[in-house]
Amino acid sequence: MIDDSLRELYQDVILDHSRHPRHFGPLEHATHNAHGYNPLCGDRITVHLVLDGEEHITGIKFEGKGCAISQASASLMTDMLAGRTVAEAEKLMDGFLHLVKGEEGVTGLTEDDLETLQVMAGVSAFPMRVKCATLAWHTMKSALEGGSRSNEPAKTE
Amino acid sequence: MSFVPPKDDFPILARPVNGKMLAYLDSAASAQKPRVVLDAMTEFATTEYANVHRGVHRLAAVATERYEEARLAVARFINAKHSDEIIFTKGGTESLNLVSYAFLSPRISAGDEIVLTKMEHHSNIVPWHFMRERKRAVLKWVDVREDGSINPSSVAAAITPKTKLVAITHMSNVLGTVNPIKEIVAIAHAKNVPVVVDGAQGAVHEIVDVQDLDADFYAFTGHKLYGPTGIGVLYGKRAHLKTMRPFNGGGEMIAEVAEDKISYAEPPARFEAGTPPIIEAVGLAAAIKYLSGFDRAAVKAHEQDLYEYARAAVGHFRWVRVIGEAPHKGAILSFETLGMHAHDVATILDGEGVACRAGHHCAQVLMERFGVASTTRASFGLYNTRDDVDALITGLEKARSILC
Repeated sequence: MIDDSLRELYQDVILDHSRHPRHFGPLEHATHNAHGYNPLCGDRITVHLVLDGEEHITGIKFEGKGCAISQASASLMTDMLAGRTVAEAEKLMDGFLHLVKGEEGVTGLTEDDLETLQVMAGVSAFPMRVKCATLAWHTMKSALEGGSRSNEPAKTE
Repeated sequence: MSFVPPKDDFPILARPVNGKMLAYLDSAASAQKPRVVLDAMTEFATTEYANVHRGVHRLAAVATERYEEARLAVARFINAKHSDEIIFTKGGTESLNLVSYAFLSPRISAGDEIVLTKMEHHSNIVPWHFMRERKRAVLKWVDVREDGSINPSSVAAAITPKTKLVAITHMSNVLGTVNPIKEIVAIAHAKNVPVVVDGAQGAVHEIVDVQDLDADFYAFTGHKLYGPTGIGVLYGKRAHLKTMRPFNGGGEMIAEVAEDKISYAEPPARFEAGTPPIIEAVGLAAAIKYLSGFDRAAVKAHEQDLYEYARAAVGHFRWVRVIGEAPHKGAILSFETLGMHAHDVATILDGEGVACRAGHHCAQVLMERFGVASTTRASFGLYNTRDDVDALITGLEKARSILC
């Protein structure tokens, strides 16, 4: 039972993202940046964005160190958000946050997006680890809200 | 070995976790409670409970007696000269904050220095940061050697005529290092500097004699000592306590209160404002009685044996880097797992019923010193067995197979 949950949590897609994170590194000419920090474990993340006319995400990267869950989540996130509009990104972020908390009735997402996000759903069985999964997404939220102008790192709440 | 781990005394150790036998290796965070402690608290609360030091009724008298007996038990446990040198607080953290506010604050001004080590727990760092923020005091950090030990002469070197306090842990909650407190106190006293000792781990694993150590203050908590949460202890030399102003204000800590003047009770009551943790004090006394019923040296040897056994086992893993190998160290094993984050490791260990701590252990200055973001920590208590270590090792192998 617990083994099944563990295997779901650490499924191949997750491990692949954590070992070979996509969109990892600095981003020149970023228009938006934000830092995230999880005081529980000391993990840190930075996300960089280029917003084209405040509409489309034309550039996206992340940097940082953390557990497999937080790295995979950040990698998956950057993969999904690249090329999206800000409005779409916000929808995805809300959907993701509901999903990892194990909440029912996630709406407003396409089948494809839901399926992609679903690989992270296993974390909902591990309440102590939900914050690992949400760190990157909260940091992204803060970047879109103009995180570059704030010195306060994003939290996992 | 004569010592047999009394697993049956601890009801929680019989319950399966995630379908596995519980291997509880997180006693440095908080120890499990033996049935005698839980029973003593229930018995007291159901037959003798009332508020203390107030009221003239029968139960008030009995409860007061039990509360003061607990103080005496603590005094004997650490060999304090007088029981009025024992102050009950809500935990080790409050004990250290009490020293910061009531002892150090009136004695320290801008530019004065506090000497502390890089292996301190946040509870023995943050109260001194308060003095840095509020009084513009300067924190002087004594480095930790690569093996996790402190060189007493670097403590001596850090002390200047401006030093107002040395704050040091008896035993590191991450490295397990047991510091030469007696020697460090002698060094500080030779320069007229008082010493506060964080005994959160030391009181559990070492046989503490505050008169022999000659420490000015010694702080510890009940819940790591197989006792309840919500109660801690501050030992302070009588000569210091008498000169200190109160920390919290309220009932029980006064001599007389009028509209325009006030006088305070003598220690220890002066520092125990409000209704104290009465049931917890009875529980702490029961825990001390329980622990003192064992040959403490045999308990220590048992814990040390578990540590050595675990250390040797993880030594076979080339992907494990142990942090903290001081010659004098207690039964705490902290390690980094190369290629695996401590939180992922701890989650998989949990699936095996192994409860370990993963993270920075409230010691971020130390983590920084060793260049790690987090470690996995197995800490041992008197109830642990080699089976618990075997479960840990199996769990680590499993983590490796899943994550790498």
